[in-house]
Amino acid sequence: MAKSLLRAVDIHKSFAGVHALKGVSLEIAAGEIHCLAGENGCGKSTLIKIISGVYQPDSGDIEFDGKILGKITPIDAIMLGIQVIYQDFSVFPNLTVMENLALNTELSQKRKIVSWKRIREIAQTAVKKINFDVDLDAQVSTLSVAQKQMVAISRALMSNARLIIMDEPTTALTKKEVQALFKIILQLKAQGISILFVSHKLNEVFEISERFTIFRNGELVQTGSTADLDSAKFTYYMTGREFGKKNFVPETIGEEPLLEVRDLTLDGYFENVSFTLRAGEIIGVTGLLDSGRSELALSLFGIRPASSGDILLKGKKVSIKNPQDAVRHKIGLVPEDRLSEGLFLPQSIQDNVIISEIDRLTTTLGLFDRAKREKEILRLVSDFAIATPDPRNACQTLSGGNQQRVVLAKWLACNLDVLVLSGPTVGVDIGSKHDIHAILHDLARNGMGIIIISDDLPEVIENCSRVIVLKGGRIVHEMDAQNANEQQILAHMM
Amino acid sequence: MRRNEPYIFLVVLALCVLIEIRSGQFFTANNLTDIASAMIVPGLFAVGAFMVIVSGGIDVSFPALASLTSYATTKYLLDTGYTGGIWLPIVISLALGALLGAFNGIFIGYFSLPALIVTLGTSSVFKGVMQGALNSVQLAVIPPGMREFGTSSLFVATNSISGLTSRMPVAFLALLIVNGLAFLMLRYSYFGRGIYAIGGNETSAVRAGFNTKRGKFFLYVIVGMIASLAGLIRTCMMQQNHPTNMLGMEMNIIAGVVLGGTAIKGGAGSLSGAALGTLLIVIVENSMILLGIPTIWKSVFTGALIIIGTGVSAFQVLRANRITKNRIAWKEMSKA
Repeated sequence: MAKSLLRAVDIHKSFAGVHALKGVSLEIAAGEIHCLAGENGCGKSTLIKIISGVYQPDSGDIEFDGKILGKITPIDAIMLGIQVIYQDFSVFPNLTVMENLALNTELSQKRKIVSWKRIREIAQTAVKKINFDVDLDAQVSTLSVAQKQMVAISRALMSNARLIIMDEPTTALTKKEVQALFKIILQLKAQGISILFVSHKLNEVFEISERFTIFRNGELVQTGSTADLDSAKFTYYMTGREFGKKNFVPETIGEEPLLEVRDLTLDGYFENVSFTLRAGEIIGVTGLLDSGRSELALSLFGIRPASSGDILLKGKKVSIKNPQDAVRHKIGLVPEDRLSEGLFLPQSIQDNVIISEIDRLTTTLGLFDRAKREKEILRLVSDFAIATPDPRNACQTLSGGNQQRVVLAKWLACNLDVLVLSGPTVGVDIGSKHDIHAILHDLARNGMGIIIISDDLPEVIENCSRVIVLKGGRIVHEMDAQNANEQQILAHMM
Repeated sequence: MRRNEPYIFLVVLALCVLIEIRSGQFFTANNLTDIASAMIVPGLFAVGAFMVIVSGGIDVSFPALASLTSYATTKYLLDTGYTGGIWLPIVISLALGALLGAFNGIFIGYFSLPALIVTLGTSSVFKGVMQGALNSVQLAVIPPGMREFGTSSLFVATNSISGLTSRMPVAFLALLIVNGLAFLMLRYSYFGRGIYAIGGNETSAVRAGFNTKRGKFFLYVIVGMIASLAGLIRTCMMQQNHPTNMLGMEMNIIAGVVLGGTAIKGGAGSLSGAALGTLLIVIVENSMILLGIPTIWKSVFTGALIIIGTGVSAFQVLRANRITKNRIAWKEMSKA
């Protein structure tokens, strides 16, 4: 067995009575790519902060390179070669690339005076390490997310990194960028650097990691070689539940079209999109980032009204120029960015769930009918299994999956005919993902028409009866989900 | 984030040309000297306000701070019958300014309280100490050393047409020196880069190894010292100490700094931009008479300028961000 680089043994950590880590262990060898997975709140961030010196464990040991680390500060950790790349990359958007690259090095050498020449030299050395081609004088705010990540990685390599910890590195990356990142990770491995990769995406775990560790509720559930892992086991370890794989099969499909879209065009984004949706159906629309799929959702809901083309509901032409029109016509949208567009985060959960049907909970005077409102809140919270100790808590206290349930609950309180969902399970834990899909299946069976717009191909194939592929703003393919496979769809998308 | 200086410079130039066309008196030696003279105190305040805004904070206490320190310095020297030169008053002012600035610095730097709230509070405290504890009154006579400093001139400019003369006060050197030192500090020292870093992303600054608490603390100490110097110069130039004369300047100074391209949320901006923005406000405030506009309308024009200026600035930033987003999206599409 290869000698361990890092060994965390029986770590306990509590915060104000909450037992975040209950005796977890982790072991990483030199040059190993290791994935740490777990749902939100399972303790993975806490363990990382302990390894990097931000927190101290209540009990347990961390061994690095054979030596037990006592109390360490973040600077100590960096000196040892432990580098963390956080989700926001810890960059300075207002400073140039070269300053971002060189700042840590300069400060660690206790410099007081700036030499721009020296900064440029340091920056040039940094980008050479991973052959990152970038304009050193560019302001970091003008870089893409993937480039910012490269800046963070180059910077991390400046101080003889032995272990690089990446916190959910692929969240904001496109497929191509994820591949580029994986290539870099393999390069780093070849240099003998260990990578601890926090992720909850199954395909990533399989693709890049050699060993994995899964936490749940602050406890170590399983650790081992990725070769021994499969989809069902992964889901079970993550959630403690077993999910039967049930592809959606529509029960009763309405005769008449519920929603018909004819030659719908939004200048600059998509054109001549036509399709039909019937009650009881779930159709999927997929495509790359620039295929127009996100904008299609916005047009159907009136946020970006179409430039031309027709939308027909139950056979009648309707005009959808703004969200109020959409809601009046019983169309709802679960938006891509639920945090800023789907919820009022600082407001209470109960206010969020009833907000779209608020007109129906008032008395004739326009004031709230208290009893009606309480009943409705209780019903929605229980029907959607929103995990909260108190519905008066703010929405931001919920996990991603529960937040998405609130968005769904809000719409389903309105008795919609059509529900459009854009990226419904992005950033949602596996348990909630299955539950949300189950909710959608039920809704379809009860007569709703559902459109799922997503680039998560397994999601689209498993939950839809038909799949529409968009490319460059046009429909390039339409197929039954039963006959669809990922490769085929990907080929059409690119 | 777009660089604003070229635009602001053009606006300043356009305004000057407009006034010249209207009055023929703008680009005269004595008018230009008057403007430079009028720039000294606001220009000094602007350096401090600029640095604070870049660090992600905002300081509204500097006029009150300057009033308190200049009153205290003048009164003390008067009471002790001081007859020496300007250096002791400067030293005392700087020391008092540092002390009061430290007051701001402790709450904002070490206790991490929001700068706006803290300085609103200290503004009241400084005023209260001055008017209450020190029982401030207008001091019509100031120590001879200060008076001499205020009346001494680098040169005298004469308007060839009207025969009017204007002095360029020696204090203008102070403005140049402070700007020069600030520029060097911001560009060539890690304390200065730290101010930009903190304004850009304070968490990253901490993670990168900046001692952000100490940095912010010393920033407010320095700003206190600059403000105090400005207050002293004001007293010298006016030949008297008027306790409430500077109060209320904070809004126009901050507006000038923002007009010059300093982002209100911090992290971006240049000293030259801030100076240009302040110059614009000073010209508007001083040259209305040359346009034939009664000085009563001064605040209307200053206000309108601020609204239009920050509106244009914000619009440019919006457009620049949209262009950047599209550029990135296009780049990604062409890669795909």
